[in-house]
Amino acid sequence: MESQIKKLSGLMQSRQISCQELTQNYLDAMERDNKKINAYVNPTAELAMEAAKAVDKKIASGEELSPLAGIPMTLKDNISTKGIETTCCSNILKGYYPIYNATVWEILQQQNAVLLGKTNMDEFAMGSSCETSCFGGALNPHDLSHVAGGSSGGVASAVGGNLAVYGLGSDTGGSIRQPASFCGLVGLKPTYGAVSRYGLIAYASSFDQIGPITATVEDAALVYDAISRYDEKDSTCRGNTGKPASESLNNSIKGKKIGIAKEYFDGIRDDVNDAIQNAIKVYESLGAQIVYFDMPSLKYSLPVYYILACAEASSNLGRYDGIRYGYRTPHYSDRNEMICKTRSEGFGKEVKRRILLGTYVLSAGYYDAYYKKAQNLRGTLVKAFQDAFQKCDVILAPTVPMTAFPLNFTAQDAVETYQTDICTVPVNIAGLPAVSIPCGFDGTGLPIGMQLIGNSFSEPTILNMAHQYESAAGNSVFPRADMGVKL
Amino acid sequence: MSNYELVCGLETHIELSTKTKIFCSCTTEFGGDPNTHCCPVCIGLPGTLPKLNKKVVEYAIMAGLATNCEISPISKMDRKNYVYPDLPKAYQISQYDMPLCKNGYVELSNGRKVRILRIHIEEDAGKLVHQRGSTYVDYNRGGVPLIEIVTEPDIRSIDEAREYLEKLQLIMRFIGISDCKMQEGSLRCDVNISVRPQGTEAFGTRTEIKNMNSFTHMAKAMEYEVNRQIDLVQSGEKVVQETRRYNEEDDCTESMRGKEDAHDYRYFREPDLVTIQVSDEMVARLREKLPEPPHQKQERYMAEYGIPEADAQQLIKYRSISEYFETAIDGVQNPKVVANCMIGQIFSRLEGDSAKESFQVNVTPENLNALVKLLDEGKIKMNLLKATLEKMLDTGKAPKELISEADMGGVDTDALKAACEQAIASNPNAVSDYLSGKEKALKAILGAVMKATRGRADAVEAEKLLITLIQK
Repeated sequence: MESQIKKLSGLMQSRQISCQELTQNYLDAMERDNKKINAYVNPTAELAMEAAKAVDKKIASGEELSPLAGIPMTLKDNISTKGIETTCCSNILKGYYPIYNATVWEILQQQNAVLLGKTNMDEFAMGSSCETSCFGGALNPHDLSHVAGGSSGGVASAVGGNLAVYGLGSDTGGSIRQPASFCGLVGLKPTYGAVSRYGLIAYASSFDQIGPITATVEDAALVYDAISRYDEKDSTCRGNTGKPASESLNNSIKGKKIGIAKEYFDGIRDDVNDAIQNAIKVYESLGAQIVYFDMPSLKYSLPVYYILACAEASSNLGRYDGIRYGYRTPHYSDRNEMICKTRSEGFGKEVKRRILLGTYVLSAGYYDAYYKKAQNLRGTLVKAFQDAFQKCDVILAPTVPMTAFPLNFTAQDAVETYQTDICTVPVNIAGLPAVSIPCGFDGTGLPIGMQLIGNSFSEPTILNMAHQYESAAGNSVFPRADMGVKL
Repeated sequence: MSNYELVCGLETHIELSTKTKIFCSCTTEFGGDPNTHCCPVCIGLPGTLPKLNKKVVEYAIMAGLATNCEISPISKMDRKNYVYPDLPKAYQISQYDMPLCKNGYVELSNGRKVRILRIHIEEDAGKLVHQRGSTYVDYNRGGVPLIEIVTEPDIRSIDEAREYLEKLQLIMRFIGISDCKMQEGSLRCDVNISVRPQGTEAFGTRTEIKNMNSFTHMAKAMEYEVNRQIDLVQSGEKVVQETRRYNEEDDCTESMRGKEDAHDYRYFREPDLVTIQVSDEMVARLREKLPEPPHQKQERYMAEYGIPEADAQQLIKYRSISEYFETAIDGVQNPKVVANCMIGQIFSRLEGDSAKESFQVNVTPENLNALVKLLDEGKIKMNLLKATLEKMLDTGKAPKELISEADMGGVDTDALKAACEQAIASNPNAVSDYLSGKEKALKAILGAVMKATRGRADAVEAEKLLITLIQK
């Protein structure tokens, strides 16, 4: 699969297309197709054309530019953009215009990225279908009767629908990998601490990580290399101190050990299992070795994730009180009533559910039984992964036990929906990197994804493994939707 | 009261005088127009992250070392969750179960030790301002670094509480980590207090009186609260565990909230900050930097220099004063002279506590040192020293600029005798007044002598000589 970023960058450098023409193509396609998939909630056409004009000037003057220069892209609406409304797709943040930039957006601006707009997401990144968005969900570009996934559904919908070359999402429990899997794309959740969280509106601070959703593995590597930098504003961020991931994509994977933990395959759909078994065969043909083992502690992943993430969320979302920014209820008689009504009216149902859950598990009398126990089990899971990486270089697992949900599936049963996160949450608990890549289709033509999980800061390894599979499997597993910009 | 014993522990909040806030680079300066000392981080805008100021950790460790605490090699920050408009993130970043310093003590003058349970670092909140029927929030103070110093319930009287707090204030000022001004809120205190019958061990039910903003109020509030609790116990009623406030107007304490309304702060580890690691080297380096503790200084001044206790206390009241003193006595034969110059003449030029604290005076300690050395060398007498010091305070000049070579070396015996005889001759009224028993009249004659010798004469010697001559 050819890197979209490199291809477009080459076309611009060789003056076969100007950045303004390219950007205009995307803006026209958005005008035409965004209403079908609801990927963008806040297009920024004027700013995009301004940025494109500046890029054309730089190209004309012969300035040396990064491969990301002039590439039309998008940001999930929880990444702070100075002067551009940033809502987390929640009514409570409507009308909020940040006065500072997220570090990742600072970096991309320095590299002359062209922002087409902010994309849809589950409210405050809480959801698996993008349907908790106050703007309504983003749809799957491969089948409009299905969701794009969540929470970074808008980014996946936009990139899958050819309305952006790449986008940055955030992954707290699978929010990059799951929609990438649903939309037939590559989604990288970096190691915790590889990419600065400064400016990412927090859902669960010890899990959140920003990463790219792209059409190809090389694109993901290029974006990851650009954004995985040390940031003094984020104490938990050290950046990628090793080699750039994009340099090792073509390394041979002969002799690499791929671990299969059987717990990841419990209860997954047969067609998903079949696709992964085929991928395993591809890897074997490339000379990789498959090792099988058990990771029994994986069964704690879901409760550990939901307890800890909700606990942190209940604290992180306490600040939305209507006093300083965002929504404020129009009718109130005193301060307490103002805060209560603002929050009751401003937050959606799923967000309220998680705030209540989180408040409960941190409360005196319940703390030890829930929060503390979950913290201890988090340690157990970290250890389980450390042990596993004694036996293998990467772990291969399904990204989601199924393919994209039909519309309104998640509204019916919250717990059932939470269970679909079973394969994605473990790496967030352990802070590890994982990349989801397409590996086939179900009977109705919806994409199936698999993920490669690596040890801390082993992005070059998992992207190398992903790229080798991608090259071997080729276009047969990488779908293209019939909409958006035709390259 | 006599049948009951007071049991008290204090929680003291001290604002650290770092240049910047605890989690961002905004200034900590007091005052300023509302919301001008703010940035996205300290007003808690969505997506912002705290960055721990290293100086805050250093200052808190110094506070711990100065109060005999153990310094934790590993500690962490926690979130204390509660909703109030002056707290823009709806949680305060503080330390819960792993404070930076623990197990210290402050020794009182009666030899008793008030044990310090812990010292932890945290951020201050903003302030609500009520104006024109509305409430406004000013976040300038939000994110100013604080340490909270918590004692064991070791205090047994109001005097002990006062002495502990004064001593703590002095120590923190001395090590230069806070100005500890109660009136500006850079030192605030909560009092936990209970009573029990004399001679018993079990603690009574305690109440907590919040936010004492002066020593006087603290003493008054404690007095009222102790009596209230004794009255309750004696009349067979129960003291209710609750939080109270001191009402200045009525000089009483009143209930703020009961135990059942106590906040559940839902503490948990602050995920945005990494573990705080303090190396032995860092502690050693800070211990090195720590000045001699004020009380040790005071004792040394008394023992080594023979300075009376009251004067020694004045000299250690602020670090700037003792630093001045120690520079000025360098190589001086009798440091007491320097102390007298400072307390007698220099202090009288300083109005109020804050002037003493900054100790900005016209005379450099080096110049005072040079002046006193002239006395040591016998080049001038005490009265010329005093007169010159006044001139130095007026002009800021060095002693050599104010005293000519001719003035140095004093006045020889013949010249002094001549001057005395001259003064007696030209002041017949004063002489007869003196002879008729008005001893004060001698001062006028002495004044004439000093004037004639331009202050060079030794006043004590001149006075003796005058008396001899008059009575002849």
